[in-house]
Amino acid sequence: MSTLTLRNGQKASFSQVPEYPFAEFADLFKSFITQGFSVSSYFGVPSGDGLMLLAVLTNRNQGNLALFRTRIEKTFPSLTPEIPQVHWFEREIAEQYGVVPERHPWLKPIRFHKSYNGSLDAWNRADEAIEPCVTDYFRVQGPEVHQVAVGPVHAGIIEPGHFRFQCHGEKVFHLEIELGYQHRGIERAILRAPLGKAIHLIQTLAGDTTIGHTTAWARNLESLSDTVIPARAHAIRGIALELERIANHTGDLGALAGDVGFLPTASYCGRLRGDYLNMTGSVCGNRFGRNLVRPGGVTQDIAAELAADLNKRASTTWKLTENAVDLLWSTSSVLGRFRGTGAVSSEDAVRAGLVGVAARACGLNIDVRSDLPWGIYQTHAVPSVILFSGDVHARAVIRYLESRHSVQFLKEELKMLPDTPTFQSTGALEGDSIVVSLVEGWRGEICHVALTGADGNLSHYKITDPSFHNWFGLALALRDQQISDFPLCNKSFNLSYCGHDL
Amino acid sequence: MYRIIKARLKQGYNTSRFPQVEPVLPPLFMGRPEVDAGACRGDCRDCMDACPVGAISRKGETLSMDLGKCLFCGECARICTSGAISFSRDYRMATSGRQDLSTDAWKLATALDAKARSVFGHSLKLRQVSAGGCNACEADVNVLNTLTFDLSRFGIQFVASPRHADGVLVTGPVTKNMEVALMKTMAAIPSPKFVVAVGSCAISGGIFQGNEEVCGGVEGMLPVDLYIPGCPPNPWTILDGLLRMVGQIGDRKKGR
Ligand code: SF4
Repeated sequence: MSTLTLRNGQKASFSQVPEYPFAEFADLFKSFITQGFSVSSYFGVPSGDGLMLLAVLTNRNQGNLALFRTRIEKTFPSLTPEIPQVHWFEREIAEQYGVVPERHPWLKPIRFHKSYNGSLDAWNRADEAIEPCVTDYFRVQGPEVHQVAVGPVHAGIIEPGHFRFQCHGEKVFHLEIELGYQHRGIERAILRAPLGKAIHLIQTLAGDTTIGHTTAWARNLESLSDTVIPARAHAIRGIALELERIANHTGDLGALAGDVGFLPTASYCGRLRGDYLNMTGSVCGNRFGRNLVRPGGVTQDIAAELAADLNKRASTTWKLTENAVDLLWSTSSVLGRFRGTGAVSSEDAVRAGLVGVAARACGLNIDVRSDLPWGIYQTHAVPSVILFSGDVHARAVIRYLESRHSVQFLKEELKMLPDTPTFQSTGALEGDSIVVSLVEGWRGEICHVALTGADGNLSHYKITDPSFHNWFGLALALRDQQISDFPLCNKSFNLSYCGHDL
Repeated sequence: MYRIIKARLKQGYNTSRFPQVEPVLPPLFMGRPEVDAGACRGDCRDCMDACPVGAISRKGETLSMDLGKCLFCGECARICTSGAISFSRDYRMATSGRQDLSTDAWKLATALDAKARSVFGHSLKLRQVSAGGCNACEADVNVLNTLTFDLSRFGIQFVASPRHADGVLVTGPVTKNMEVALMKTMAAIPSPKFVVAVGSCAISGGIFQGNEEVCGGVEGMLPVDLYIPGCPPNPWTILDGLLRMVGQIGDRKKGR
């Protein structure tokens, strides 16, 4: 049995994706997972009267993607019992298309919207209003066991989500996370919108990851239109992506300090994060990199003078960042709170399919920049940082060390920007095709899958934000922890609500 | 301890002297747009077609841009061959009325009345509600708490409980799934209360207007006292707006 093997960002005719009866599809799926492939995306595509399921698995050893598909009716056997990392994907498929993965251990909605098929949804509801997060919750029974419900509106300037803790005193047995409050219908809106408008939906699907998501989108459209973008555009995208990473990591380190009541680092990093955002602002006018990345390249060049200026600012800001963050590592009360808190084992991380910082903190050597490098990362490697304790401390240290490598990378790139244009206009998209683009955003693996119809228009667009993989990791991290450690654990993952909810 | 003090000295003093000293904005910063009615040829609709959110319309002879919808993408200015649309570097963009956000009826926010100012002028507590916000508006509101801006020196603070708040600051297009939570938060705030809408999503639904999954902003749902346009608005735009509302900047500025 074979699959369609693609490189990161390589397009193919959709008919080349082999289709199998479900039983064979399931066997193939399981055998790849046993070989160590991970699920980058797994989703439904309406096809004729039925539904097609498309699996996009990543083979990190070979640096490529394996695609294969099947066709299902109203019900199909759940793969979750054998492949736990598809549990959330199956819930998404069920919610979107009203199909039922049978034997799924915990089949609940993830975003709380009506089924796209217009008739009965997977829970046999037809017209009832769907209220967010009104659903079954796992309950621990017993004397003195109590439930704590938090959200959607949290104390602080933060997006909404609902958290249910099963506690015994301070101890958390189980945390269940329900999201969907941020659901804005982005995937379907993309298909309705002209491409010039769709990019704005991509830019705001997770506003703190504008560069990451627009890069994935742009690469898909470039591939579908056979556009080769100039080298300088690749370099500028890389610089912007690393700036996004450093800014967010620095902000997170400050927030982690704040959550353990260590104010010096909290205040300095809050400000320093702004300095990095302002560097992005200097490149394109917007602190979040809005309107910088477009299919075909980038809209703004980094002229020699600006490159030199950014280089200088990167050095001084990084020195101050080191100065601020090093305080964490030399303060025993901070280390006491970070170490051993919210630990996830590497076995659980693999089974849950974690990505990005959260996975690397559990000893998983995964990073799209080195495993399936694209653009500038094909010629300029950025070392990944791997730690093993899986706790808040590991996630904090990785953020710090990664930022250091990113600063190094962007300083080198700023000195050797290739002498080419920064934009190449794109043509029409090839019809009946598929392309998958992976990008290592600051939270982890971003996966965009684009399908085109016979007319060359997008017929399906699937977005998997790293948060989609990782929210369950946060639930695992809270097992047997103190409920008072929730804010700290939550910050150490710092996942996106809107990136998940779409 | 010694290390902490040493770091404090190295980090230095970084709080801006705003509003006495103007903020430094990047050269490419896109501030309040200006429409030059005279330059507009009047016989094309390139800018309207290019705009992803339908922010540009023709009102009689004049071209008008609705900042409540605008994403500040700059497409219109790029496409216009007669240079009728340009973006200034003016970061001051907050208004008190929805209609004031149109370039043809442009009017900066005015302060609350004297009685409200006497209570809230130097003490305003807000509850922030993200209702579908993409975390960019949230981040640029949150940043006001950092020491660069040091929001609390103006007596403005974000509080955890709506019971402690004098109003809400809303971001996001108000998803259907957040509608109830937003209204409940609003109801839990004691009157009198203010509503601040931050970002084109909260004002008009922004890029999400028309999606069945969203309400399309707070307009019509809540009585808005201050509109702060942008996608996301620059932190200085937000700070300027808040200070105008409480009368610490602008016509009614009292010697501070
Ligand atoms: S800058 Fe504003 S008005 Fe102009 S095209 Fe973009 S969204 Fe429309």
